[in-house]
Amino acid sequence: MSARVGVVTFPGSLDDGDAVRAVRLAGAEAVRLWHAEPRLHQVDAVILPGGFSYGDYLRCGAIARFAPVMELITMAARDGLPVLGICNGFQILCEAHLLPGALTRNQHLHFRNRDQRVRIESATTAWTNAYDEGQELLLPVKNGEGCYVADRATLDELEAEGRIVARYTGGNPNGSQRDIAAIRNEAGNVVGIMPHPEHAVAELTGPSTDGLGFFTSLLKHLTGVAR
Amino acid sequence: MSRPEAGVDTVARATQTPDELQPFAELGLRDDEYERIRDILDRRPTQSELAMYSIMWSEHCSYKSSKVHLRQFAEKNPVSDRMLAGIGENAGVVRVSDRLAVTFKVESHNHPSFVEPYQGAATGVGGIVRDILAMGARPVAVMDPLRFGAADHPDTARVLPGVVGGIGGYGNCLGLPNIGGEVVFDPTYQGNPLVNVLCLGVLPVDRLQHKAAAGPGNVVLLIGAKTGRDGIGGVSVLASATFDDQSDERRPSVQVGDPFTEKLLIEACLELYEAKLVVGIQDLGGAGLTCALSETSAAAGTGMDVQLDRVPLREPSMAPQEVLASESQERMLLIVEPGNLDAALTVCERWGVLATAIGTVTAPAAEREPGRLVVTWHGEQVVDVPPASLADDGPVYARPMREPPDLILLQADRAETLPRPRTAAELRETLLRVIASPNLCDRTWVTEQYDRYVLGNTVLAQPEDAGLVRIDEQTGLGVAVSVDGNGRYARLDPYAGAQLALAEAYRNVAVTGATPVAVTDCLNFGSPEDPTVMWQFAEAVRGLADGCAALGIPVTGGNVSFYNSTGAAAIHPTPIVGVLGVVEDVAQRVPMGFVHDGDALILLGETHPELSGSEWAWVEHGHLGGTPPQVDLAREQLLASVIAGTARVGHLSSAHDLSEGGLAQALVEACLRRGLGTRVALPDGVDPFVYLFSESAGRALVAVPRGHERAFAALCEERGIPWTPIGIVDEACGELDIRGHFAVPLAELRAAWSGTLPGLFDPPAAEGPPAAEPVDTAERAEQAEPAEHAEPAEQAEPAEQAEPAMAVADGAGSVDLVPERADAQA
Repeated sequence: MSARVGVVTFPGSLDDGDAVRAVRLAGAEAVRLWHAEPRLHQVDAVILPGGFSYGDYLRCGAIARFAPVMELITMAARDGLPVLGICNGFQILCEAHLLPGALTRNQHLHFRNRDQRVRIESATTAWTNAYDEGQELLLPVKNGEGCYVADRATLDELEAEGRIVARYTGGNPNGSQRDIAAIRNEAGNVVGIMPHPEHAVAELTGPSTDGLGFFTSLLKHLTGVAR
Repeated sequence: MSRPEAGVDTVARATQTPDELQPFAELGLRDDEYERIRDILDRRPTQSELAMYSIMWSEHCSYKSSKVHLRQFAEKNPVSDRMLAGIGENAGVVRVSDRLAVTFKVESHNHPSFVEPYQGAATGVGGIVRDILAMGARPVAVMDPLRFGAADHPDTARVLPGVVGGIGGYGNCLGLPNIGGEVVFDPTYQGNPLVNVLCLGVLPVDRLQHKAAAGPGNVVLLIGAKTGRDGIGGVSVLASATFDDQSDERRPSVQVGDPFTEKLLIEACLELYEAKLVVGIQDLGGAGLTCALSETSAAAGTGMDVQLDRVPLREPSMAPQEVLASESQERMLLIVEPGNLDAALTVCERWGVLATAIGTVTAPAAEREPGRLVVTWHGEQVVDVPPASLADDGPVYARPMREPPDLILLQADRAETLPRPRTAAELRETLLRVIASPNLCDRTWVTEQYDRYVLGNTVLAQPEDAGLVRIDEQTGLGVAVSVDGNGRYARLDPYAGAQLALAEAYRNVAVTGATPVAVTDCLNFGSPEDPTVMWQFAEAVRGLADGCAALGIPVTGGNVSFYNSTGAAAIHPTPIVGVLGVVEDVAQRVPMGFVHDGDALILLGETHPELSGSEWAWVEHGHLGGTPPQVDLAREQLLASVIAGTARVGHLSSAHDLSEGGLAQALVEACLRRGLGTRVALPDGVDPFVYLFSESAGRALVAVPRGHERAFAALCEERGIPWTPIGIVDEACGELDIRGHFAVPLAELRAAWSGTLPGLFDPPAAEGPPAAEPVDTAERAEQAEPAEHAEPAEQAEPAEQAEPAMAVADGAGSVDLVPERADAQA
C-alpha cells in the first residue's frame, strides 16, 4: 500500500501539479485536496504548494489560512501529520501559526527566479531524513516575498533547537535573516521551505534532481511511523 | 454641436431626430465612413451604435490599412495539413500529434506600456492569454519580445523596470513560465517602446473552440470581472463631447490587470470545455463587449438580444455606450445551451468566477438575411445593427505608398567601410565592449524576474536560443518557440528585414533539434497615413509571406500595430516573427552552451563580410547604414534539417544560432553558459575581425562529441552544407582563446557581459533598510558571520563577481550587517 499524500489546491495555487508529479515520482500516491472541502480523504501527509493563493492580495497566505481544508490540516499537523509548505505553502504555514516568523518582500524588491544552492541543516524531519546534515542541494527559488523574518528570540530558539532545516549558501536570494531557507516545527513533522524541491526532481525540467529527497524522506518517515 | 437631452439615445430617438449632429470626426470616423453607417442603418446611429462603429472600424479592430496586404499570407501560405484554425480566429491552431494541438500568437501592447509601464505590460500578458484560452487551449508559456529606447536614457529607467515587473507580475501570478523573448535597446523606440507578448497554449484536438454564436435560443453568458470605466480610450472623446465635460478625467485609458481573476477564469473555462458546456466563446479584449458581441454573432450569421443593464458594473453610473466600449480585463463571452446554463453557472461558482446571462442568440428574421444585434438598456433599445457590418464590413483602404526618400543614401552608407580594429589587442578590446553592450549583454537581470519553472514542463528557457516545453509527459512530445526581429535590418531593407527575422526565429527553433512548422507575427510600424511607413509595411509583409512560402511553413495569425512614432518620426519598422517547432522527444533537445570537454567546434554555413546594420557598427561607430546580410532561405532549411537529423543520432552536444554579434557573441554565450572554455583556431586566410563580428545569416556553431566528428563531417558533405572546424571545447583552459590573436579568461568575459544591466537598472544604493533583527549588543559575538557568508570560493567564481551590486544588497539583509544596525533597537 503506497502512501497517500494530499496536495491542496487553493484558488491561485500554481505549483500544485508539480507537487503531485514529485509525489508520484517518489513512489507515493498523490491525492488532490480542494480548499473549500473540509475533508482530508485519509491522507498520510499534506503538501501546501507554491503559487499566489487568493492572489496574495492581502498578505501572502493570509486568506488561505482560513480555507475550510486548512482548519483540518492545522489540527492534524498538531497531532503529527507531516505537512510540507513550499513557497506560498510556507507563507500559509506561518500565517496559520504552525511555523513561527513571516515571509516578507524580497529586500531587492524584485521577484527572483534562480537556481539556488541550499545546505541541509537538519536531517531529522519527516521531509529531510533522506539527506545528510551539511549536504548541499541545488533548487530553484522563485518568489517575490521570500525574505524570512522573526524576532531575535525566535531566531535564537530555532537555532538552538536545530529547527533551521536549510540555509541559502552561495548568496542569499532575498535577504532572509540568518540565510534561512527552511524551518520546522518542534516535532519536526511540519516543514516550510521557500525554494522549490518539487521543481528539482528530473534532469530534463529542473536544475538537478536534488529535490526528490524531500518526497522520499516522507516515505521513509511514514514507514518508520508505521513500524 | 447640439447637446443631447438627458437620458439615453435610443433607436426610436435616433429615428425621430435624423439631423442631430454627432461627433463622428472626434471619434476618428471620416465623413464617408459616417455616411456609410447611416446607409447601413437607414437612419442616424444612436450614441451607442456610433461608439461601436467607431471602435470596430478603427485601425486597431478593422485592420483597414493592412488588410489589402495581409491577404498575401492567406494567398501565399503553403498547404499544411496541420492547420486546424488560421488567420481570422483568435489564434492559429496547429496539430502536433494525433491527439494534441498547440496554439500560439503574439500581440502588442505598446502604447499602454509607455503611459503606464507596469499595468500596460501586465494587461498585455492578460490579453494574449485570453486569446489562447478562447481557442480551447490551456495556456502553457509566454514570451516577451521587448524594445526600449537608449539603455542609458533616463526614461528607459522608468519604462523598463515597470514593463519587466508587469510582465513578471502578471505571468508569474497566472502560473505561466516565461520561456524566452528579447530585450533590445535603440533610440528609435524612445517614447514608443514595444511590448509584444507571445502566448503558447495546448489543447486536445477535439477540444478546439469556436467563436460563432450558433443556435438561436442559446444563452449569452458574460463571465469574469465586473465591467468598469477602464480602457475607454476610443470613446473618451465621445464622452467628453456629449456628456459631462469633466468625465473624461475620471477615465484611466490604461486597463488595470487582476491576474488572480484571470487564473480563475482560465480554470473555469477549461472545466467548462471539458464538460462540453460551451457552444461558442470569445475573449473580451480591445473593444470589449462591442467586439465580442458583434464577432460572435457575425461568425454564426445569427443575431442577439442583449440586455445590457444586466452586465455587472463596478461603477453603476456608467452609460450604455461606456459598457459596450469598456476594455475591463479578465472577461469572456460564452454561448451556452439553455439546458446547460445551470451546470455552467455551477462551474463558474466553484471557481469564484462571476457569471451573468446577458442575452440570447436570435435567428435571422428571414432566410439569407443576417441576424440583428439588438441591445436594450433598461427596456429601451439602444442598438439595432447587422453584426457583420461591425465585425466584417469595415472600411478597407489601399493607402498610398512611397519608398522613403532617404533609403538610397542610407543603403549607400555601408558599415563595411568603417574603421576596424587593426591589432590583436584592439580586437580583444572590441570583443569586450561589444559583448557588454546593452543589446548583447547578459539578460539575467530581466529574466530572473520571470518564473520559468512553473508547470514543470520547461525543458529550455532563456538564455537558450528557443524556449522548449514538453506538452506530453508520456511520449516526451514538445514544442519549441522563438521570437525574433531586428528593426535596424528592417529599416535598411524591410523586405529582407522581415525575412531575416523569420530566418532567425526559424534557425533558433531548429538549433534545439525541433522541426519548424508554423509562424505568427507582430508587425510594429509607424503611421499608415505616412506613405513611406506604408511602403515599409507592404515590403515587410511581402517579405514575410514570400519567406514563409519558401520555407514551407504557414503564417497562422498575427497582429498589426501601427502609429508607433516618437514625435514625428516613425520607429524603425519592426516585424517580430515567432516560429513554432515540434520535437518528438524533448530528451533529445540540443542546448545552446558547451557541455563536454573535448567536443569539436564546427561552424556551419558561410561567413561573408556583412557588417551593415550589425551590433558592432552600432556599438563602435553609432552607425546604421548599408544593406543587411543576405538571406538564403534554402540554406536555412538545409541547416535546420542537418541539425535536426544529426541531433537525433547523437552527433550534437550543443548548437547555437549565430545572429547579432556574430561568431564572437555565440562563442562567448556558449562558453559562459556552463563555464567551459574553448580554444579556437580561425581558418587560414580569413580576416579575424570579419570572421568574429560579421552577422551573415544561415550559420550555427555546433559542438560535436569525440568519435562523432567524421560521421558528422561526412553528413555535412553529403547534404552540401559548408562546415568549418574551428576549435575544441577545453574545460581546463578557462578562457576563450582565439589562437594567434588573443585570449580572454572566462571571468573577465563574464564580468564584462554580466555587469551591464544591473549597472543600468539597479538603484545605486540598493541596501535600503535591512530586515531588522532585534539584537542584543551583548550577544553580538554569537552573531558572528557564518562561514558561508564570506564565500571565498564563490568570490572566485565569475558568476558572483559579475554582480557586485547584488552581492552588497543581499549581504545587507544577512546576519553580518544586521547586528550593528539593529543595536539601537535592542
